[in-house]
Amino acid sequence: MKRLTTLLLLAATTVGLTACGSSSDADPATEASTVSVQDPWVKAADSGMTAAFGTFRNAADHDVTIVSATTDGVAGRVELHEMATDEDGQMVMRQKKGGIVVPAGKTHTLEPGGDHIMLMDLTRPVEPGQDVRVTVRFSDDSTMSFTAPARSFAGAEEDYEGGTDHGDMEHGDMDHGDHG
Amino acid sequence: MGEPRRGLSRRALLTTGSVGAAGAVVGAAGASAVAREAPAADPGTRTVAFRGAHQAGVVTPPQDHGVLVAYDLVEGADADALRRLFAIWTDDVARLTAGRAGLADTEPELALRPSGLTVTLAVGPGAVEAAGVDVPSWLGPLPAFSVDRLEDRWSGGDLLLQICSDDELVVSHALRLLTKEARTFATVRWVQRGFRGPLGRDRTPRNLMGQVDGTANPRPADHDALVWRSPTTTPDGPRWLDGGTTMVVRRIRMELDTWDEIDRTARERTIGRRLDDGRPLTGGRLEDDPDLDAVDANGLEVIDPFAHVRRARTDDRRQRILRRPYNYDDPPPPGELTDAGLVFVSFQADLERQFVPLQRRLAELDLLNQWTTPIGSAVFAVLPGARRGEQLGQSLLT
Ligand code: HEM
Ligand SMILES: [Cu+2]
Repeated sequence: MKRLTTLLLLAATTVGLTACGSSSDADPATEASTVSVQDPWVKAADSGMTAAFGTFRNAADHDVTIVSATTDGVAGRVELHEMATDEDGQMVMRQKKGGIVVPAGKTHTLEPGGDHIMLMDLTRPVEPGQDVRVTVRFSDDSTMSFTAPARSFAGAEEDYEGGTDHGDMEHGDMDHGDHG
Repeated sequence: MGEPRRGLSRRALLTTGSVGAAGAVVGAAGASAVAREAPAADPGTRTVAFRGAHQAGVVTPPQDHGVLVAYDLVEGADADALRRLFAIWTDDVARLTAGRAGLADTEPELALRPSGLTVTLAVGPGAVEAAGVDVPSWLGPLPAFSVDRLEDRWSGGDLLLQICSDDELVVSHALRLLTKEARTFATVRWVQRGFRGPLGRDRTPRNLMGQVDGTANPRPADHDALVWRSPTTTPDGPRWLDGGTTMVVRRIRMELDTWDEIDRTARERTIGRRLDDGRPLTGGRLEDDPDLDAVDANGLEVIDPFAHVRRARTDDRRQRILRRPYNYDDPPPPGELTDAGLVFVSFQADLERQFVPLQRRLAELDLLNQWTTPIGSAVFAVLPGARRGEQLGQSLLT
């Protein structure tokens, strides 16, 4: 049934587009107002760095771009990352140039092994069951905030590009270790 | 004849629908009329409501498969840790029981056919203490009974999850997800897996002794008086457990290899009910109570004085319990034929008033004791249900 609904929605969106032609400029809405996030979460970590995930949905008839992100103080630095193959054929993560695009009328999922919001230089442990407040900024400078609950997660242990050449870099590991 | 064809045509429409936008509209419109009836035909999509005043999995008709897992809290786990753990579990259980993947689910496809999944959260004395709340006197090991041969590896625990579904794969997936999410808070103490008979869900299933088991359980109309804690059933509180219940988990080994030595008549005499259809030895229908006063031509009681059902009954109708057991059948130790029995689970509003006197009577005298041995025992408090917007364990942690 979910699949049917999606198909219907897509069909409806297509119809909408045709009706309005290319009048998307007339839309006064900010990018933030057309985007929603579903099932956001962040990987628990003791220190170093970790990542936030979730599915972004763009209801507008034009693409929107997330250009940066911040947290409620838990991360000293936040970057938008993607996964790519390095010269040695290894999958590594690196900053996503130009930001993360959420296509018109579609969703874009941030997930382990794919695009993600990288939380670096953690100022305190992100403990399982805690909530992290994440704010993303779009290319039109509008912002959207959401709460990402932390979960223990064994995956999302991606190497940072160049990280293998320079040992473990300053980012430490993303392991959560023990919490009580 | 109509059923299979409906299923086929729905699949055909879906395939057409994914081809193109125009096809999708036609396909979807055509299919939605048909799809309305599909869930009933597909037991995998069956869901049991998670939200409510009571947790599911207590008075819910037992699903085909169940696992009970007890956890020990890690050193230093406090009320804040419990709050975070219960927030995680509430979210996971809400998703999984609705047929949706957990938030950080590594096998999301295994969540899509919950098959009547329920997950029930209960706390042992350790968790109540960690919450900084007075531990009720009954929440701890049961009094020792003469029949007990308890082993540590099947006893006790700070927290318990009971996970039940008609699909064993669903049970395993939920167990693994919920345990992984809890790994920084608690370690697994024991796991007991069980299954129920293959009979239709409207009929009472059998245990591994071949008996129809579960017949004389309280009816739904009695649940408020016998199962759920409230100012009426348990006026002395604690109030944080109102809407919850008490839970006994006893691993009871069946001595099936010596049970084999006795004939059907002796087997029926042991219980007081017939093996073929579960009716009382004194006649009547399956759901009828046995006539404990009936005597045979020789003036002897038809229901043996020490029969299980006689010993398990009293005139005090408030002493009844809700039994929700699962069978277990494990690989036997070297040199033995069988390691099987019951993961006996019972729910009762008041443990000391309902369960303890009953178990005491059975331990004193019960023909069945010759062929059954309790090897594990644990007592838990089943927390009240989580209504919309609430979290499991909220009443304990405020
Ligand atoms: C392996 C262990 C056990 C087996 C095989 C077993 C089997 C049975 C069977 C076949 C019946 C009759 C059908 C029915 O009403 O369900 C029965 C009834 C009952 N059993 Fe058990 N039982 C076991 C352990 C226990 C324990 C530990 C308790 C409680 C402490 C208990 C309490 C009862 C009660 C209350 C009834 C209903 C009596 C009535 O009202 O007629 N049983 N049991
Ligand atoms: Cu990254």
